[in-house]
Amino acid sequence: MQLSERHQEYWRKNLRITAILLAIWFVATFVVIYFAPQLNQIVIMGFPFAFYMGAQGSLIIYVLIIWFYARRMNQLDLEYGVHEGEE
Amino acid sequence: MTALTQSQFFQQLKKYYTFYTGGFIAFVIVLAILEQMGLSPRWIGYIFLAATISLYAGIGVMSRTADVSEYYVAGRRVPALFNGMATGADWMSAASFIGMAGTLYLSGFDGLAFVMGWTGGYVLVALFLAPYLRKFGQFTIPDFLGSRYGGNLPRTIGVVAAIICSFTYVIAQIYGVGIITARLTGLEFQIGVFVGLAGILVCSFLGGMRAVTWTQVAQYIVLIIAYMIPVVWLSVVHTGNPVPQIAYGQVLQKVTLKENELNNPATALGAAEASARAAFKAQQASFEARIAALDEAVAAGNGAALLEAQRTEAGSPADFPATPDALKAQWQKSADGAKAKTGPVAAHATPFAGKGAEKKLLKDNPDASAAEIAAAQAEDQQASNDKRRNFIALVLCLMVGTASLPHILMRYYTTPSVREARKSVFWSLLFIFLLYFTAPALAVLVKFEVYNNLVGLPFSSLPAWVENWQAVDATLMKIVDINLDGIVQLAEITIGGDLIVLATPEIAGLPYVISGMVAAGGLAAALSTADGLLLTIANALSHDVYYKMIDPKASTIRRLAISRSLLLVVAILAAYTASLKPGDILFLVGAAFSLAASAFFPALVLGVFWKRANYLGAVIGMLAGLGVCMYYMYITYPFFGGVPANEWFAIKPIAAGVFGMPIGFLGVIIGTLISRAPSLEIQQLVDHVRYPSLEGDIETRAT
Repeated sequence: MQLSERHQEYWRKNLRITAILLAIWFVATFVVIYFAPQLNQIVIMGFPFAFYMGAQGSLIIYVLIIWFYARRMNQLDLEYGVHEGEE
Repeated sequence: MTALTQSQFFQQLKKYYTFYTGGFIAFVIVLAILEQMGLSPRWIGYIFLAATISLYAGIGVMSRTADVSEYYVAGRRVPALFNGMATGADWMSAASFIGMAGTLYLSGFDGLAFVMGWTGGYVLVALFLAPYLRKFGQFTIPDFLGSRYGGNLPRTIGVVAAIICSFTYVIAQIYGVGIITARLTGLEFQIGVFVGLAGILVCSFLGGMRAVTWTQVAQYIVLIIAYMIPVVWLSVVHTGNPVPQIAYGQVLQKVTLKENELNNPATALGAAEASARAAFKAQQASFEARIAALDEAVAAGNGAALLEAQRTEAGSPADFPATPDALKAQWQKSADGAKAKTGPVAAHATPFAGKGAEKKLLKDNPDASAAEIAAAQAEDQQASNDKRRNFIALVLCLMVGTASLPHILMRYYTTPSVREARKSVFWSLLFIFLLYFTAPALAVLVKFEVYNNLVGLPFSSLPAWVENWQAVDATLMKIVDINLDGIVQLAEITIGGDLIVLATPEIAGLPYVISGMVAAGGLAAALSTADGLLLTIANALSHDVYYKMIDPKASTIRRLAISRSLLLVVAILAAYTASLKPGDILFLVGAAFSLAASAFFPALVLGVFWKRANYLGAVIGMLAGLGVCMYYMYITYPFFGGVPANEWFAIKPIAAGVFGMPIGFLGVIIGTLISRAPSLEIQQLVDHVRYPSLEGDIETRAT
């Protein structure tokens, strides 16, 4: 079976979304950890910033990344006509 | 039920579980009333154990099935929301429920590696695996490796790796079940293990994945209610705010102020603390002197005589060490225990604290030269950098390990569609997040309680919860008046990590029924994870080894019979191993993540994202990744006879996956490039998993 140009485009878009979200994940995790001693100088609502990120902030970002990916990809399926039928 | 449409099915489930949640809360309220009327804690424990286990068993019996697809993947119609709850329970083990808050209490910021690692991994599950595995739609993870790379070898390596990581993990869960059952009811540990085992088996034996799924949803509801209620109450008591996750920022600031006060000998509190530390230092010195004397006596051939003299002096207790070596080990432990109490209080929110070499130098020698100070600073910086590197490595291993553990990935085979699989990862992480962002709050709230309401109390009026836990288990709670001033100092308190969650209801002044509920929550966490793991192992053996490799023509009845007998055998084997109380269980759990990350992740991800990846690449990548990871643990971990001096870049053995993973990727790439591209059918399979629906598509779904 031959993939059409639109199919290729769907996959390229998927790769782009995946790469962008992975970059956000990387920053929220590893960049935050690397600069934790410096970031901790900032205090918000009693929380040193790096501590807050490790205990809560990064977790919220993870949840949002996954929520966004599911929503965007489910839309993309429809746009490109590769969605599944109702079961 | 098959006649229902998916949305009717969803509505029905919602009704059932709402009713069930209400029923559980009503049950707790009735028990609370009975407690006020004089029901003893022991009976509350029995009732909780019997009620929850028979409930899970009931769901298991109702979900019994003789259908292969129902048995292996719950009929592939678990709605995203419910699969999320089931994944949450499957994921959160006794270590998350009971251990996590304790780790955070004891190691502060550095403990956050577990919080981040065990949640961030779901981003990788969502982006790289869940939707594609769902489209592929067979029964196990080795299934994917077998079809994608062809031949039995990738499948076999997958089976072996799945069994290695799941078995070490399941032993820890069954161990946890034994401990909790023992604590809840006063039964012996070994009996607790087998009672728990019965609970696990009744639900997975008859109904396989279908039963495990619906039980796990029920277990998630129990465990999350049990975790939240005491923390919310503790937060109301201390801050007046019922949202602990917001309120604890203020509490953390107060804890930090208190830490500074405790570390400053110029304050009254700090001075008392310094005196307690000095007393521990003296104790350490005394043990070290005794060890030196013992060594000397042994060298002179008088070791046995000295041992006898010591035995008599101690009043000849039955458990006195039998050899000079054993005596030395005991003294060394005491010396180390005392030494741990001589340092300053570690700041809770500070990441990667150095060794304190500079402070120590300036204290011992106020006129230290600039060169000496610079050397001490460099030493601190080095220690801090090592900690940061280990933190990063551990987070990476835990995340990638999460995205590679077969019992988690398997859950995404059970949703009705790719669409639902994507949404399901979101619900999974949301439900896991609820517990994980509460644990750091709990740790800080308990720390505040200890620093403010326990430190400075006279020994004559310790709170009841301290007395109770000291009597139950000295490794969880111990207070000794080392400097004999009759007042509690922080250095005099020894707290075991598991105490934090278990004792919170009492610290918050809640009735015993809540303590019973927390224990039931811990039991739910351990049972649900054990269920998922046992099923993974049994399925790998029955489906991948027996059906796919030995007898592909086996009838449905025969396949299920084999699967059930294997489940029984594996469960009994795991329970037997757990009842021997093997040491280093926590290490083994951590090791499972590194092993899974090294063995599975490269082959799974490249299998979807790199069409060229082929048989030889997968074989080399998986073997090399697993091999390097195991080799590193072998040369660095004392349990296997390794020594820390062998560490590469000072990385601890628990994060061995940080070396195994890149080697695994490299192995897949090199192996692939030196051999031919995969066949057309396999390239079509890759396209098949990449698109939720394609015209003229091939069909891979197993039935």
